[in-house]
Formats: sequence, C-alpha cells, structure tokens
Amino acid sequence: MEQVINIAANDLMSHAERFDAKIEEDKKIEPTEWMPEAYRKHLVRQISQHAHSEVIGMQPEGNWITRAPSLRAKQILLAKIQDEGGHGLYLYSAAETLGVSRAEMIEQLHLGKAKYSNIFNYPTLTWADIGAIGWLVDGAAIVNQVSLQRTSYGPYSRAMVRICKEESFHQRQGYEIMANMMKGIKEQREMAQDAMNRWWWPSLMMFGPHDSASPHFSDAFHWKIKRQSNDELRQKFIDKTVQQAEVIGLSIPDKNLKWNETRQHYDTGSIDWEEFYRVINGNGPCNKQRMQHHIKVHEEGMWVRDAAEAYKNKQNNKN
Amino acid sequence: MATDTQLDLWEVFIQNKSGNHYMHAGSVHASDKKMAIQNARDTYTRRSEGSSIWVVPSAAIVASNPSDGDMLFDPSNDKIYRHPTFYIMPEGAKNI
Repeated sequence: MEQVINIAANDLMSHAERFDAKIEEDKKIEPTEWMPEAYRKHLVRQISQHAHSEVIGMQPEGNWITRAPSLRAKQILLAKIQDEGGHGLYLYSAAETLGVSRAEMIEQLHLGKAKYSNIFNYPTLTWADIGAIGWLVDGAAIVNQVSLQRTSYGPYSRAMVRICKEESFHQRQGYEIMANMMKGIKEQREMAQDAMNRWWWPSLMMFGPHDSASPHFSDAFHWKIKRQSNDELRQKFIDKTVQQAEVIGLSIPDKNLKWNETRQHYDTGSIDWEEFYRVINGNGPCNKQRMQHHIKVHEEGMWVRDAAEAYKNKQNNKN
Repeated sequence: MATDTQLDLWEVFIQNKSGNHYMHAGSVHASDKKMAIQNARDTYTRRSEGSSIWVVPSAAIVASNPSDGDMLFDPSNDKIYRHPTFYIMPEGAKNI
C-alpha cells in the first residue's frame, strides 16, 4: 500500500509520544502508522503463530472427514475445516500489513522458528475427539479470541471480530456431538468421557504458562496487544465449561476441581507443565507428522502456484 | 527470503446487500482478477455476507496516515455551517 507524504512529520510530538498516546486512549494502531519495532515484532510473532495454528488445526479434524458417522456430520465437519482455513487467511493478511510476507511466515514455520498451538500435536483417535475439539479446543480459543477483539492493532482486532462470529458454530457443533454420544449406549458414553479425559488438560494449557512464568507478558499488556492475562482467561474457560460438562453428564478429569465460594470461581488441580514443555519442544505424539504433512502439501501445491503465475504473465504479455 | 511466490495481494470490498456501500473486508492472494474474485468469495462470504464483490490490487491503493488526521481534516473542522443543525428555524415552522 502506498502512503502519501507524512504531512505531520515536523509536528512537535514525536512518533513515540503519539504512539503511546494512542495506546493510552484505547485507539487502534493502523498499518500505515509509526510503531515501535518491538511492537511490530511482537505482533508478527503472535499473529503468525495464531495463523499457523488455524491451518495446522485443520489436520486433526481432516483425519475424520472420510469417517464421519453421517452425511450431516460430514458436511458440518467440512464446513468447519474450511472456516479454519479461512481464519488462517484472515490472520496471515493481518500479519502481512506489518510488512512480513506470507511466504516468509510459511518458511519460518517449516524451519521450526515459528510455532503453532501445542494442542494440535495431539491425535484424534475417535469420533468423540471431534466433539471434544469443537467444544473444548474451540471453546478455549473463543475465550482468548473474544478478549483479543479489543487488541490494539487494527487489522488483528478486525480479524478477531470476524473469527469470533464464525467460531460459535464450531463450539456448538462439538458440544452437540458430545451431548449426543452421552445419550447413546454405554460404549459411546465411555468414548465421550475418554475424549474428555484426554483433551481437558491440553485445553487448559492452550492459555499458555501461568502469568508469573509468561515471558512476553508485560510488553503485550503495556501495548494492549493482550487485554487479559493467561490465568484470567483460563479461569473464565474453566468456570463456564464445568457447568456444560455437568449438563450432559461428563466428569472433569480433575479430582481437585471444586467451587470456591469466596473467590466465586472453580479451584483446580495443578497443570502438568512438564508435559506442556515436552510437547511444545517437539516431543508430542504428532509434532513430526503435522509438520511433515504441511511441508508435503506446500511442496505438492507449488506447480499450481507456478501455473497461475505463468498464466498471469501470458495474459499480461498479450495486452 | 522465501523462494516461492504466494501470488499477488488484492484488497477485497464487499457489498452486503444491493444498494449499500462496498466495505473493506480484508485481502486475498491471487494471480489474476478472476482468481481474486473467487478467493474473495471463498474467504469472505461463506455465510452469504455479500451480494457483490470488488477486488483491487493492494499496490493500487493510496492511503493517508491516520496520525496525519488532525491536519488533513482540519479545513472542515471550523465549518459547522455545513451541518443543518447550525441554522435557527423560526418557531412553529414545520417539515423543514
């Protein structure tokens, strides 16, 4: 995007002062504006990681398209996975406004320099896992994304608004799968509970380390990129999910889970951060598979992009 | 720098229903106009959000800088007589 000459360049207020004032006033920062380099870097890291998560997240669900138990379930799953691809595109666009290209972001992912959400390194073993992903994983993502609608960077905030509108269908379809299985035969109920047992803790880990241990915490807060802390968001998710589990008869796999009357929140057992770091550092059940698949598809699609470019050049030469 | 191209960048404007303004929705990658329209449809109108789409090569867009806003829009700030509420209407006059 071209920009007309900065007519306010000689204004008395420095770029940094003007930026700080805008953040202070809760105004959005737009791509053409001056921003501190560290702010830009933080956003590129966070938004590209978010985009990669949406795209990698298509894999565990894609695993069940051909085995969905009904045509209805299959149509819904296809639509949901298509949404996730769309969400990845909204986010890549938002990151591109910061001056990083999509090719660079994908390269960073393939080199292992950019991360994606840890949750997608777990396998989808049964149909109930599709229910658990929609209900718990998307449910956790929504809590985070609703909060990010108020993030200070305009394009990121607008992408979040659009994504939140679409995500609520994702969570409801997942909860419906779980509810239906809980109304089924004993094996189905066990399958649903098993999925709950495997996805509950990784879902809580999605919010990231405790506030006391989060490395990017203070900058992100100061610049209003992040509006609520990891622990606040995690608590919000726990508080609303426990009731939903009770309604359909699923139990939460945490013997220390207890309503705290004074805090007006649920208390929980402690999260196994060793597992979190083991998986995030590449040793989860599906890390290798996820990345290999992404690289393979990217390389196999190369000829399509090349053909599109060749066609464009041919058309341009005609004119 | 990554080697392969991700095609050109286009800005997408959607009209949600006939008669309304086209609003900026976001951007897509595409190698030509037709692909840009199709990608815009798949990316931004999966739930019938649009009745029509414009796509514009991002490089063709010229933007002002939001922090220049005060100066850029200053000429109109002191012309309140451009608003109908500036004028005092005689008591009792109707339909004006």
